[in-house]
Amino acid sequence: MRVTVRLFARLRDLTGAGELIREVPPHATARQVWDDLALEWPALRAYEKTMSVAVNAEYARMSAEVHDGDEIAFLPPVSGGVDWAG
Amino acid sequence: MPVSQVAVTFEPLDADSLVTLVDAEGDGAVVTFAGLVRNHNQGRRVQFLEYEGYEPLAVRALQRIVDEALDLWPGTRVAVHHRLGRLEIGEASIVIAAASAHRADAFAACRYTIERVKQIVPIWKREYFDGGDVWLEGATADPDDEAARQKAYRTACA
Repeated sequence: MRVTVRLFARLRDLTGAGELIREVPPHATARQVWDDLALEWPALRAYEKTMSVAVNAEYARMSAEVHDGDEIAFLPPVSGGVDWAG
Repeated sequence: MPVSQVAVTFEPLDADSLVTLVDAEGDGAVVTFAGLVRNHNQGRRVQFLEYEGYEPLAVRALQRIVDEALDLWPGTRVAVHHRLGRLEIGEASIVIAAASAHRADAFAACRYTIERVKQIVPIWKREYFDGGDVWLEGATADPDDEAARQKAYRTACA
């Protein structure tokens, strides 16, 4: 089966791609999708403990099973809003 | 076009339209917050920022925050818009309006909203400064992280 992978911010820079199509075996989890990417781009490993995952634009766990046609997004730590001193 | 309660947009933000939206009941207490792009950060002279977002999830996360605020401060109405794309110094990256019959609730709901945005909304900023550029990375986004929620609540009520 086939899933769409979305990568944002520095994860996109590291791979050079914001969107990828990947073949995965039946009953694959988000973690398996990630592990395959990290084999291809070992630099991604640095984000393993700090990133988040979303399946079909809903926050999910790495253990979530993915299905044919799903969109799996890997999200580095977020930095929206605004910063201010103190 | 009617103003949405939550939005991510590449267009300049308009705080006044959010005030009108949340104060439809004429409650009288409206708190607004605008986050502006600073000209310096960590000793660097900032030229401009570029915001990127995962738009469908960002909208859902904003809606979740607005719903959380309503749970915490019943009767408040919160609207929040976040900007994406290239922003120059002094432009607003986010505007929030919170209305309530009680000013303490309006202040708290507004502060809670900005704290939660920084925690769970999938938006990233890249800073272009004199001599280079860098992705700024903050919090690992986990909407179910109860400790993070509590921290935002305590900050809001401090």
